[in-house]
Amino acid sequence: MPTGASATPSRGLAEVAASEASLRRFLAGLPGVDQVGAEARAATLATRSIKTTAKATAIDLAIRMIDLTTLEGTDTEGKVRTLVAKALRPDPLDPGCPSVAAVCVYPDRVGLARQALGAASLHVASVATAFPAGRSSLVVKLRDTADAVEAGADEIDMVIDRGAFLSGRAMAVLDEIVAVKQACGRAHLKVILETGELVTYDNVRRAAWLAMLAGADFVKTSTGKVQPAATMPVTLVMLEAVRDFRAATGRQVGVKAAGGIRSSKDAIRYLVMTGEVAGNDWLDPDWFRFGASSLLNDLLLQRQRMATGHYSGPDYVTLD
Amino acid sequence: MSERLDVRKTYKLFIGGAFPRSESGRSYVVNDAKGRFWANAALASRKDARDAVVAARNAQPGWAGRTGYNRGQVLYRVAELLEGRRGQFVAEVSRGEGLSTRKAEAVVDASIDRWVWYAGWTDKVAQVLGNANPVAGPYFNLSTPEPTGVVAVVAPQDSSLLGLVSVAAPVVATGSTVVVLASETAPLPAITLAEVLATSDLPGGVVNMLTGRAAEVAPWLATHADVNAIDLTGVGDADLAGDLEADAAGTLKRVRRPAGAKTADWTDGPGTDRLGWTMEIKTVWHPMGV
Repeated sequence: MPTGASATPSRGLAEVAASEASLRRFLAGLPGVDQVGAEARAATLATRSIKTTAKATAIDLAIRMIDLTTLEGTDTEGKVRTLVAKALRPDPLDPGCPSVAAVCVYPDRVGLARQALGAASLHVASVATAFPAGRSSLVVKLRDTADAVEAGADEIDMVIDRGAFLSGRAMAVLDEIVAVKQACGRAHLKVILETGELVTYDNVRRAAWLAMLAGADFVKTSTGKVQPAATMPVTLVMLEAVRDFRAATGRQVGVKAAGGIRSSKDAIRYLVMTGEVAGNDWLDPDWFRFGASSLLNDLLLQRQRMATGHYSGPDYVTLD
Repeated sequence: MSERLDVRKTYKLFIGGAFPRSESGRSYVVNDAKGRFWANAALASRKDARDAVVAARNAQPGWAGRTGYNRGQVLYRVAELLEGRRGQFVAEVSRGEGLSTRKAEAVVDASIDRWVWYAGWTDKVAQVLGNANPVAGPYFNLSTPEPTGVVAVVAPQDSSLLGLVSVAAPVVATGSTVVVLASETAPLPAITLAEVLATSDLPGGVVNMLTGRAAEVAPWLATHADVNAIDLTGVGDADLAGDLEADAAGTLKRVRRPAGAKTADWTDGPGTDRLGWTMEIKTVWHPMGV
């Protein structure tokens, strides 16, 4: 526990961001991640066998946790409309199938998604801040964020400035997140660490703490545009970070695993890990999300398999 | 010189171009025709069948997308490799089916010839089954056969090589991919055939070979929504065959079920009987537009 010694940890943490030097000292003082240990722990958690009713519950929970995503240059109006329709009724043959948590689109498609959703209570998430590279000026990033919020997004997925982070300018990263958080207003802010570019688990842990110190509501693994995207060990490190952060400050931060999670098996492994590492409080769509598109179809196939007793096939779910 | 140790072989499954053990970890004893222990073979489970269907589905568009001419070349190359392993097949067929060497040689030769027969049909089947239909108007009306997709085949129980080739080869020749449930009592030639396929140019997943009990695995294939057709030729038990046919109806599969209890004589000429049943006829109107 990095702040365990402090009697009033939250006040201690407030001072952390007071200056560049104190912030660097704090981040450098975070305990290093045991790489072999983290990978072994993630691999062990992946071996757990989840069957029958537990599996059915896990599949429905995973569906409710999905941010159904389309982030392509080729996104058309029609694509967004079908995405929203699928988000609302993932399996039209089964009225008992839950809706997903949110749809995630580019800022210029937010208005359309909001309109297509109508009165439904699904969230509309939008990437912003010059996604996915984040290489733009702060003015543009803030305008990008405000645009998306004005169009109706209630969740903003921002990317951190990896260049600044890797060159040690933690304060610049922090200030940017704070500014974007302000531009978000009432919208939830998810901070994408892009772990595939952070190289080490130590960096992932530092970046996660940095984002949480700056006021992130969620920390998110990846944009999905960089390989490797979400992996079990990386997500494990982030789950440890949100758990420790809550213990230190009392504030709970969510985690979103995005990119590369395609099978129900994988999704259930992430749920097991979330429950074991962060705690069951995180096993809720408000605190854990999957950023995915093709995962949903596999979950639906498994769901149909459990409902009908025979294997289903891709002919029985929609094409994306 | 000391005596050599036996190199014993446990026969594995063939799924997606690889040779995995059964997911269940099970195996079963295969006896030769005289009832003596011969080898252990993998006992496939429903999850092996599921994996095989996934592999077959993934391979299907690529295989169907090749020209008939190219498929013919690939299959002919398989026949070349079969010829190279002729001695091994003769030994296995002879021991497994209790045939004399001379009779086993005839069976293996017939199997290789049958493979060549179907290799030759790949680029001709569309001309025979397709048609330019006559219509009373300034249009074209064309019917062309297209592969149905993933086909599950329960191979004949008594004819472990010739019967297997006779039911599986026409399916792949016409562009579908296949999950074969080999003869339960004599599965070894099927796995040896799989070893030939693995070293040929056939893409992984086009042919998948399972060994095990039809009564256990076939119902999962018959109900599987991603299987487009099922061949029940090798299901001896009439009750089971009836159940499987009913199961298959649930997802509108094509079903091929031999009429009557009479066992087929696989040495008869193959003809074109099995070429069309795994194809769907697509008919298009083509306005001349002049």
